[in-house]
Amino acid sequence: MSVVFDEKINRARGDGRLQLAIYDATARLMDKRKHALEGDNLPDFQELRDCANALKKQTIDNLDHYLEQFEANVIAHAGKVVFCKDATDVSDFILKLAKERGARLIVKSKSMTTEEIDLNERLEHHNLEAVETDLGEYIIQLAHERPYHIVAPAMHKTRYQVADLFEEKLGVPNETVIEKQTMIARGVLREKFLAADIGISGANFLIADSGAVVLVENEGNARLSTSAPKIHIAVAGIEKLIPRAQDLAVFLKLLGRSATGQPLTVYTSFLSGPRRGEEIDGPGEFYVVLLDNGRTKLLEDSGKRESLYCIRCGACLNHCPVYRKIGGHSFPWVYSGPIGAIITPQFMGLNHEPGLPFASSLCGACAEVCPVKIDIPRVLLELRADVTAAKEREGQGGLERMAFRAYAWLMRHPKLFEIAGRLASVLAPASSSGWLRGVPAIMNIPPVRAWLSQRDLPAPPHQSFRQQWRTRVPRINSR
Amino acid sequence: MSRELILDKVRIALGRTKGQQPPPLPPARIRIAEVNIDFRVAGMLQKVEALAGKTFLAGTLAEAVNYAASVIDGREAVASNAPFLRECGVTALPGVRTGVTDRVELRELCASCAVGITSADYALADTGTLVILSSGHEARMISLLPPAHIAIVPRGRILSGLDELLSILPFPAEQTSSMVLITGPSRTADIEQILVRGVHGPGEVHVIVV
Repeated sequence: MSVVFDEKINRARGDGRLQLAIYDATARLMDKRKHALEGDNLPDFQELRDCANALKKQTIDNLDHYLEQFEANVIAHAGKVVFCKDATDVSDFILKLAKERGARLIVKSKSMTTEEIDLNERLEHHNLEAVETDLGEYIIQLAHERPYHIVAPAMHKTRYQVADLFEEKLGVPNETVIEKQTMIARGVLREKFLAADIGISGANFLIADSGAVVLVENEGNARLSTSAPKIHIAVAGIEKLIPRAQDLAVFLKLLGRSATGQPLTVYTSFLSGPRRGEEIDGPGEFYVVLLDNGRTKLLEDSGKRESLYCIRCGACLNHCPVYRKIGGHSFPWVYSGPIGAIITPQFMGLNHEPGLPFASSLCGACAEVCPVKIDIPRVLLELRADVTAAKEREGQGGLERMAFRAYAWLMRHPKLFEIAGRLASVLAPASSSGWLRGVPAIMNIPPVRAWLSQRDLPAPPHQSFRQQWRTRVPRINSR
Repeated sequence: MSRELILDKVRIALGRTKGQQPPPLPPARIRIAEVNIDFRVAGMLQKVEALAGKTFLAGTLAEAVNYAASVIDGREAVASNAPFLRECGVTALPGVRTGVTDRVELRELCASCAVGITSADYALADTGTLVILSSGHEARMISLLPPAHIAIVPRGRILSGLDELLSILPFPAEQTSSMVLITGPSRTADIEQILVRGVHGPGEVHVIVV
């Protein structure tokens, strides 16, 4: 585990207010999900999960076919598809288009994919104004932060922090009433929507048989971003495809419930191509950017390929004891929680944060709630094996191997083992609770100290089992 | 360009060749609940109310228009070009503008009006959802920009749920560039998980079933 990762974790653990905020928010989301799946609310939930998993498997295993089908259908509806291999490809395309159309102002609806490629910073660098319009995203954009949670990006902020932020950045009076804060944002963003030249969205699903982009949201900012400006650009990872519009009967039932406990979110938009013939409004140009950015690399590994099934509901974050303790910003990349722990090493390389796959208790809660049944603990284990193998290749991890060899040798020599045990009981500090809390002086060396910082050792007994055995009175004779 | 590069990488990663067909998909999982029309109407109204929307079950077109008039209450309103709204007579109410077909003009009108009035192509009883397909009759902005949205829906358009909608419209993209499902008033819980209605879309939604 890197020093930076460790420091971030300790900072999050030491912040009582933050701990409460994460715990509270994730608990509410868990309750809402539970309620949405209880009793008669969705009796065929497990069957839907199996179905979603099978559909995603079919799509990802034959992804080139569905990408080409999708592309052909977007073109058939007068839209354009732009394949991009990385962040630079995407920003080059958007900058060129903006220049050709004389565009200056861009409104954006929530998209993890554009977070992944730091799109806002890239556009701002070229004097384009890109404004996030989802309330949570707007708040973190003003604060120059990354989303704290896939679904609830500003989960870690209190109303008082938002009040200070709005006062500082927007020049409005310090307002701590959440309803009024929301109306302030509505007012500012309404002007942006009406003045914007380009709207950029993500995509919850790309529909191969329709050439359509499906967006789910509660605020209406995605509808405005994709309908008010003259140009709509959807930026999506190539893995977002599903085969058919009718498959939404499976995925929409799972997504809203898993994310926020809603059977359907307030708005579900099914968008295909620019405005047509008689239609009165909607964009005049429609582009879908299909982003690779490491996804094709991930596809190569059939054992971990299922990491691309994710529909970004955030349920694994809410149910993860590690996420709930260390929070979203402790994770090394934009994707946090269990899903972040499996896709970050595969997108960014194992060395980005080698400790990440190990930062899990493998309790399995994530796999249990995942609506598309990604076996996250299994992928974590494979990644751990990869990290260890890489260490060995680089000749690292020698000390650890040596320590375990020494331990194995000691275990095979009973006399020495007993002497070591007696030594330990003599040297161990006194304990009334039966546990050694903290790190005994003799063990205070870096790797042991780190290991013991999260664990207590049982205090050595006054008499070892061997000693008790030798002095036992055989019952069978005393009768 | 990147297109061929990416598609090639995908094929190599998956061990597939160009043009190779995938195995056939199983039939889509569509399960339509048999619900009679009275239950569908009742379900629709109950679900909308549960989402803090307002509802009104009108026996006649005139009742629907009267209710709409009480909601509009003298405010500026814009109505879509749906023939059904004209038949209702709601477009003839004072202060209601309709018949706009210019994109810019409509947008400005929607941005200044307090109430937007639409019909709906379908409604989904099990979730309390309005389904609107963008067309010359229904624009996107009317149900989006004004702070209040009134939808007047003939009861025959109420389907049991999403599955029935997708069985009637297996290819929505062939009909329209935009199909939107509206389930209650616009809302957010992005600050401290406190629910606030009417963020960017209407905070007030009235569903009138005729």
